Amino acid sequence: MRTLIYLGIGILFGITMYKSEAASWFRIYEMFSFDSFHMYGIIGAALVIGVIGIQLIKRFNITTFYGENIHIPPKEKGWKRYLLGGIIFGLGWALAGACPGPMFTLVGAGFLPILIVIASAVLGTFLYGLLKDKLPH
Amino acid sequence: MPWYIGGPMIALILFLLLMAGKTFGMSSNLRTLCTLCGAGNASGFFRFDWKAQRWNLVVVIGAIIGGYIGSHLLSNNEVVAIHTDTITKLQHMGFESAGSSYLPRELFGNTVFIDFTTILLLGLGGLLVGFGARYAGGCTSGHAISGLSNLQRPSLIAVIGFFIGGLLMIHLIFLLLF
Repeated sequence: MRTLIYLGIGILFGITMYKSEAASWFRIYEMFSFDSFHMYGIIGAALVIGVIGIQLIKRFNITTFYGENIHIPPKEKGWKRYLLGGIIFGLGWALAGACPGPMFTLVGAGFLPILIVIASAVLGTFLYGLLKDKLPH
Repeated sequence: MPWYIGGPMIALILFLLLMAGKTFGMSSNLRTLCTLCGAGNASGFFRFDWKAQRWNLVVVIGAIIGGYIGSHLLSNNEVVAIHTDTITKLQHMGFESAGSSYLPRELFGNTVFIDFTTILLLGLGGLLVGFGARYAGGCTSGHAISGLSNLQRPSLIAVIGFFIGGLLMIHLIFLLLF
């Protein structure tokens, strides 16, 4: 049953990424060129609702469907890994035009070359795992 | 789908996952895939209980199915209506398909499989995304949506990084590449 819920959420996510065009390389290029409000609108609207919703969850102690407390694990303190990792991620996001969610959506949409991006993203994650202890965090 | 529908839909997905007791974060799946490929033998970073992340792999399968539904069942026109200035810029750079397709055919058409340079570009893009996401501890969903919604300072720093990287790529490196 829970598996079906996650599958349903994933399907909703895939449809949203494809139909909102957040999975389009062109939209990512356009966003970084500041030519259109589209992507800023998507992220901005999601954020406004997200911030308000999470405040409401905290204020009213809203629990999960199963009655457990909602807990969002905090990120470790610091800034180096976030800034440096973020810059590296941004370089790739703009080049490949896809982040780790939409990548998979594009497989379903039938764009097979995205498999090259996915395979190398897995490889990139693997490289991070190897180099982790040598990097500033 | 206009932004004022797409954005709220993403927020809905964030809340559905929270209500299901999980947090939104897609790049974690790349680490899980490493573990499933046996990366635990090479680094302790990949020795974790991947079964606890099985739910997220199910979300990925859903995202693939959703991509199929979105493109094959809910669309009859795959053109992305980007701004005319963007189309002009891209066509100058050699992206003839700008304004007439969903993804640039120059990078994502099936002929790229025999084009070494394009394979290299897509491979480099993916490599940076995978490396950067794990280094930063999250990607667009984990930091820009989930983290910022929870007003986490590390996520703000990461998102600033995403933009520095994206702007560098498009305004500097693209001039050398295309």
